[in-house]
Amino acid sequence: MVAVLAIVIVILVIVILAIIMLYNSIIRLNNEVENSLSQIDVQLKRRNDLIPNLIESVKGYMKHEKTVLENITKARSAIMTSSNINEKAKASNQISEALKTIFAVSENYPKLRANENFIQLQEELTGTENKVSYSRQHYNDVVMKFNNKIQVFPNNVFANILNFKEKELFQAAESERKNIKVQF
Amino acid sequence: MSQTMFQQIRGNKIKSILILFLFIIIIGFLGGFIGFIYNNVYIGLILAILAAILYSLIMYFSGKSMILTMTGARQVTKQEYPHLYHAVEGLSIAAGIPTPKAYVIDDSALNAFATGRNHNDSIVVVTTGLLNKLNRQELEGVIAHELSHIKNYDIRVMMLTAVLVGITVLLSDFLLRSVIYGRRDSKGSHPALIIVGLVLALLTPIIGELIKLAVSRKREYLADASGASLTRYPEGLASALEKISKDPDPLVDKANKATAHLFISTPFRKRTGFVTNLFSTHPSIEVRIKKLREM
Repeated sequence: MVAVLAIVIVILVIVILAIIMLYNSIIRLNNEVENSLSQIDVQLKRRNDLIPNLIESVKGYMKHEKTVLENITKARSAIMTSSNINEKAKASNQISEALKTIFAVSENYPKLRANENFIQLQEELTGTENKVSYSRQHYNDVVMKFNNKIQVFPNNVFANILNFKEKELFQAAESERKNIKVQF
Repeated sequence: MSQTMFQQIRGNKIKSILILFLFIIIIGFLGGFIGFIYNNVYIGLILAILAAILYSLIMYFSGKSMILTMTGARQVTKQEYPHLYHAVEGLSIAAGIPTPKAYVIDDSALNAFATGRNHNDSIVVVTTGLLNKLNRQELEGVIAHELSHIKNYDIRVMMLTAVLVGITVLLSDFLLRSVIYGRRDSKGSHPALIIVGLVLALLTPIIGELIKLAVSRKREYLADASGASLTRYPEGLASALEKISKDPDPLVDKANKATAHLFISTPFRKRTGFVTNLFSTHPSIEVRIKKLREM
């Protein structure tokens, strides 16, 4: 009788410990997702702050490229008012495209290319643009880890009870979608 | 992938402790022998172990700055090399680690390394030659490789190897010399001296093995692969390694035996021969390029 009771208690303790560990690891991943999402926001904001300077410095040269400049301004305000990840990702991709166009078009203006201020801005924006995509990449990596964690059995039962929901990926632009195979 | 990363981090933490332990034992062993010569094994043993523990503690916390001094690296500002800064900042975001500090070595050779004891204490060092000769994608490939070393705690193992192996090689070399060339004065040549001499002669190859243990070639392949998964562009690092391997002057002036294994590519002139192979700290660059291109 005592032996049976002891076994039951041991099993109970093991189950409770397992649930505590699972809960903690989900919370940890959840925080990581949140943190990496705010990292994207930091980079998006930084890029948004740089764009007016860019427009200011190219405006005088690119008189014929009005639509490009209008597009980027539009996307810039769209990103500030976006309410969910999907909208934000879309606006962010628009800005990336517009920036690419501006830098491609700038090749036609040697005077602009020689402008010290423009060169500095281009380096700054290229750097920030990379950071936007790297922060998005990290966010997606962490979201995938989180989703895997709460979807596999038996975690899904537990996650359901505690109302942990699958998280949305920050979608990359079509042109950036390529996979690499990592093998050792 | 994350599972292997986790195992690797744990493995590296265990390895760091093992290296420290081994170091303390070797030094204790040497101290015991010296004590034996002077007829007091225990005092020698205890003093040596205390000294080894003290030295290990100091090195754990200041090994990084010592390596920086040894290689002549200096910290750079964002104004000086904006693209280096951007590469380091961007890729550390992708890796999900705090941004390491950026340092350069003023040397025309193409090379780079990372060091530090943990994520918050890490730095990335590149030569100015590398900054001048690589394009953006190639530089990002190299930085991503170095950040992978930081992320999986390779840097701790490698830093400990650099500072502890350095002093052990130096000490055993010094003792070996004093045994062989030392004056045989009043005390006369104690038979133990010959044993010490032999032990020391054996010790150096063992240390060589230790370096190989700590710096297995798999480590470089792994850093290449996880670096490529950060940039999502293996060709960047492949092409950088190609440029590095074709560089006519791979010599980093201030690199030595203790710091060689830190670098992304061996900082010595290419020599062939049994001994070089035995102590080779780096896998062949051609194989690494091939593996990257197959990803």
